[in-house]
Amino acid sequence: MAYAQDIRPTTSAALATQAPKKSANMGQIIRWLVLFAGGIVMVMPIAYMLSTSLKWPHEVYNVNLIPAEPTLENYAYVLEDGRFFGWFINSLIIATATTVSNILFDSLVGYTLCKFRFPGRYIIFIAILSTLMIPTEMLVIPWYLMSQQFGWLDSYWGIMFPGMMTAFGTFLMKQFFETVPDDFIEAARIDGLNELQIWWTVAMPLVKPALAALAIFVFLGNWTAFIWPLIVTNSVEMYTLPVGLSSFGDEADVAWELIMTGAAISTLPTLVVFLIFQRFIIRGVVMAGLKG
Amino acid sequence: MYRNLSIKQKQIVWAWAFLAIPVLFYGVIRFYPTGNAILISFQNWNLLGSRTWAGAENYIKLFRDPVFWKVFQNTFVYLLLGTPISLLISFVVAYHLDQLRFMHGFLRMLYFLPFMTSAVAMAWVWRWFYQPVPIGLFNNFLASVGIPQIEFLRSTTNALPSVLAPAVWAGLGFQIIIFMAGLRSIPRSYYEAARIDGVSTWTILWEITLPLLKPTIVFIVVFSSIGFLRIFDHVFNMTTNDPGGPLNSTEPLVLMIYDTAFNGFDMGYAAAQTVVLFVVLLIVSLLQLRILRDR
Repeated sequence: MAYAQDIRPTTSAALATQAPKKSANMGQIIRWLVLFAGGIVMVMPIAYMLSTSLKWPHEVYNVNLIPAEPTLENYAYVLEDGRFFGWFINSLIIATATTVSNILFDSLVGYTLCKFRFPGRYIIFIAILSTLMIPTEMLVIPWYLMSQQFGWLDSYWGIMFPGMMTAFGTFLMKQFFETVPDDFIEAARIDGLNELQIWWTVAMPLVKPALAALAIFVFLGNWTAFIWPLIVTNSVEMYTLPVGLSSFGDEADVAWELIMTGAAISTLPTLVVFLIFQRFIIRGVVMAGLKG
Repeated sequence: MYRNLSIKQKQIVWAWAFLAIPVLFYGVIRFYPTGNAILISFQNWNLLGSRTWAGAENYIKLFRDPVFWKVFQNTFVYLLLGTPISLLISFVVAYHLDQLRFMHGFLRMLYFLPFMTSAVAMAWVWRWFYQPVPIGLFNNFLASVGIPQIEFLRSTTNALPSVLAPAVWAGLGFQIIIFMAGLRSIPRSYYEAARIDGVSTWTILWEITLPLLKPTIVFIVVFSSIGFLRIFDHVFNMTTNDPGGPLNSTEPLVLMIYDTAFNGFDMGYAAAQTVVLFVVLLIVSLLQLRILRDR
């Protein structure tokens, strides 16, 4: 008896939902296919860049995506030339150094503004926040004059100094230090740690996801930065990857398979990092986008 | 001496010790240059000679310069085409992607990948796509199906949209991710209640999803508008032979600033242009916040 009662509602419910469920599935399949096609279109430029970098010169103007005889010859040629390798190293040094600096200073300032009570706190906060309104382009001319005066033109420091700290990063970190309970800090104080130790050993480990998000943003931003490195560098040896890649200029006398190889070299590191840390990066983008 | 301080006073000392370098940085690298830019905009200076007072001369010159008005117009065309198009595409993709479970992460990755690329590298790829036969991919494709050739970068009418396309393309992934996060934050119970009442999907979209998504929409509109008003990398790298060309048809404000300052060395005039850019950005973001928040 109980058995029959159990069965009846289930089967009738199943019968009732079967028809619409099927059409919903059809809709889902179409939706999936359309989105998939759109996604393929989205990655096409990247795919063609990679494919062309693996082609022999005579095959470059074919529309086929898969190279007939794939070769790493272009990569060997571009890297042997030496310029790209140098630019790659420049970009790596600059992006890494600015990332480290931002991680340290943005979090230190964010932490101080969040956890300390001191005269001037509000003014400093508003002042830093207000720099978000100033476009980089407005500062470029004074920065150039400054670099000229202090002899920073055409040097690593000259390329890096404007981005050593960011208001965006400071604000992001301040938001995240709000989630660190004050009791933890109080307890550490009672244990006799000084404030620097508390920041570094107690608070910092608790905001690691935010630090990772910040690191990704700063690194990507500096890796792809263009206008300031273009202005501040003069010599080919000091170029960053984007500036070097841009310096080939005229498309009339360009070997497309080599340019695509250069483009691939400057894009692959960030793509590979993304593919490895995908979930993490997307969470970071959301955090940075919504909280920052 | 430090020992004699109260806990509160010690905190003040620590706070300012922590802030010393950053305060110096923001003062010297952010605030001083801002003031300096405004100051230079009222001076005449070609980098080599002396700085002479010019009053409002640079601004008057700017407002009488037909190139400036062309550039101003271009900048707003980038904004008025770029923002709505990218907003619409990213919302439609996010809305549908949000309702799919099968290989969700994979699809998301496809849409997000362009965001991880550099504008300069991708500008080369798109430039190659846009070349005439026998080089360019698009025209080769058109030729193979028998459609007449399109001049992309060499036409005064097609060049601007052609330059804009990769900029929109590269930004979509970010906007899609932000939209999906916004969609996730809408409580499920609202949808369930609507479904029980038998409300159509369309009505749910207009009456529940979009109104509740307003903070996300405001953020994306303001964020992408600022990006399009400051467009430079894509334009400079896709029109390298004649930056901003052909015939200034793609030139945005930032490119004019770069050109005036670092090719013409007319620092005062360039600084005046940066001040105009700053004011434009400020007005556009404040207007958008106003309009979108009220509704």
